[in-house]
Amino acid sequence: MKNKYLKNVCTLKLDSDKCVGCGRCIEVCPHNVFRILKGKAEIIDKDDCMECGACAKNCAFNAIEVKSGVGCAYAVIMGWLLGTEPTCDCSGGSGECC
Amino acid sequence: MNTNSCCNSEEAIKKNETSSECVSNQNSCCCENAGMSTCEPVLQYDARQRWILGGIDTSEGKIPRISTKLSLSDIAGACKVRFGIGRMNYKINPGLYAAGMPDDTSPVLVTANYKLTFDALRKELNDLNAWIVVLDTKGVNVWCSAGKGTFGTKELLNRISKTRLSGIVSHKTLILPQLGAPGVSAHEVEKKSGFRVVYGPVRAEDIKEFLEAGMKAKDEMRKVKFNIINRAVLTPIEFISTFKIAILVFGIMFLVNLIAVNPFGVVDFYALMGALIAGTVITPLLLPWIPVRAFAAKGWIMGLIWAMAVNILNGGFAIPEYGILKAFAYLLILPSVASYFAMNFTGSSTYTSFSGVIREMKIAVPLIGFTIGLGTVMLMINCFIHI
Repeated sequence: MKNKYLKNVCTLKLDSDKCVGCGRCIEVCPHNVFRILKGKAEIIDKDDCMECGACAKNCAFNAIEVKSGVGCAYAVIMGWLLGTEPTCDCSGGSGECC
Repeated sequence: MNTNSCCNSEEAIKKNETSSECVSNQNSCCCENAGMSTCEPVLQYDARQRWILGGIDTSEGKIPRISTKLSLSDIAGACKVRFGIGRMNYKINPGLYAAGMPDDTSPVLVTANYKLTFDALRKELNDLNAWIVVLDTKGVNVWCSAGKGTFGTKELLNRISKTRLSGIVSHKTLILPQLGAPGVSAHEVEKKSGFRVVYGPVRAEDIKEFLEAGMKAKDEMRKVKFNIINRAVLTPIEFISTFKIAILVFGIMFLVNLIAVNPFGVVDFYALMGALIAGTVITPLLLPWIPVRAFAAKGWIMGLIWAMAVNILNGGFAIPEYGILKAFAYLLILPSVASYFAMNFTGSSTYTSFSGVIREMKIAVPLIGFTIGLGTVMLMINCFIHI
């Protein structure tokens, strides 16, 4: 059964004018969000995107924009409480530093 | 392998200080230095490790050769970290390793230094000749460290130069795990090091097929799965990580019992444990079959079922043995506890987006806080007043 998450929240944006259709986004996307149509990338279903940021990071033409972040609830709550960006330091410093 | 890696690495830095290319920066935390120092020898390895079979000679020195078979101690180590024992320190030395008998034309695979990750890769390399570049990800797996940026462009460039890779292979291609992509900018790596980045399959088990197909991944190899087995292996650590809070709550209950008229009992104990299991084990296992999308809602439903079960087990909702007040308190608290821990599972899932998590948390967190608070007040009243 396919896992589906919330609809219409994803921040993924693709600028077709900048896209050259190299296909790098298809190579890195873990959820098959893109396809190439007529020499340009196209978003198939935005709701499948988990905002990992791989496509934007690997687009040499800056055609993709997505707000990626740590999707860990505990980190988000700590971020709200401390007024900082959520960080994924679940390790809590154990063994990180001597 | 290096339980006291800090000190080992520091020694390594000191030993190599005479070498001309050594730049040591021992000003801050020494673990940081271990990652940042540029004087680590290519051949530094601990030959006592059973998974190292010896070394092979290259123009840049001896490179450790690894076994492609997992031993019992590797498997035992994997089980331990799945239950949270030494999980944050299950790592190997970053650097270059050899699988089989690679030469200068052999493929170069890049991975993280979490031993669970490294083992998952090397057990797939039977009959293959390949180089393995292990990045210093502080003992974190590829995807999580890529998200944090430790499996990243900077560390990759740094490791390429530290392992003197361009002297060892004659080609200019690196194969990275696809899930390393959130941290690595392929075009930047190529611009700065000359090495072309090819993203391999998501799972190490597909690496052989990927190489045989001339570094082409099938669509199926590019997709992240999250089936019941993938989820099941995550549940022990999810459950165990609630113990700190559970012990705290039971401690408070014990203190309240010292002065309570109507003390907490075994029902309260299993009611809470059940809610924790509903949130950390049952919800993850049944994830796609619970017919709502938000994780907090999925957990709440499982917790509600549990709360009703507890009330029914204790004499039914109409006339519960422990009174109507506690019955209502359970209906408020238990679903919210399960909801909270289910919501936390978004961090372990492979398909939730950051924006989505924020959206559901903005609604769920205040509701969870309010219901647990109100329920706790009701439980306290029940402890001190006979109704």
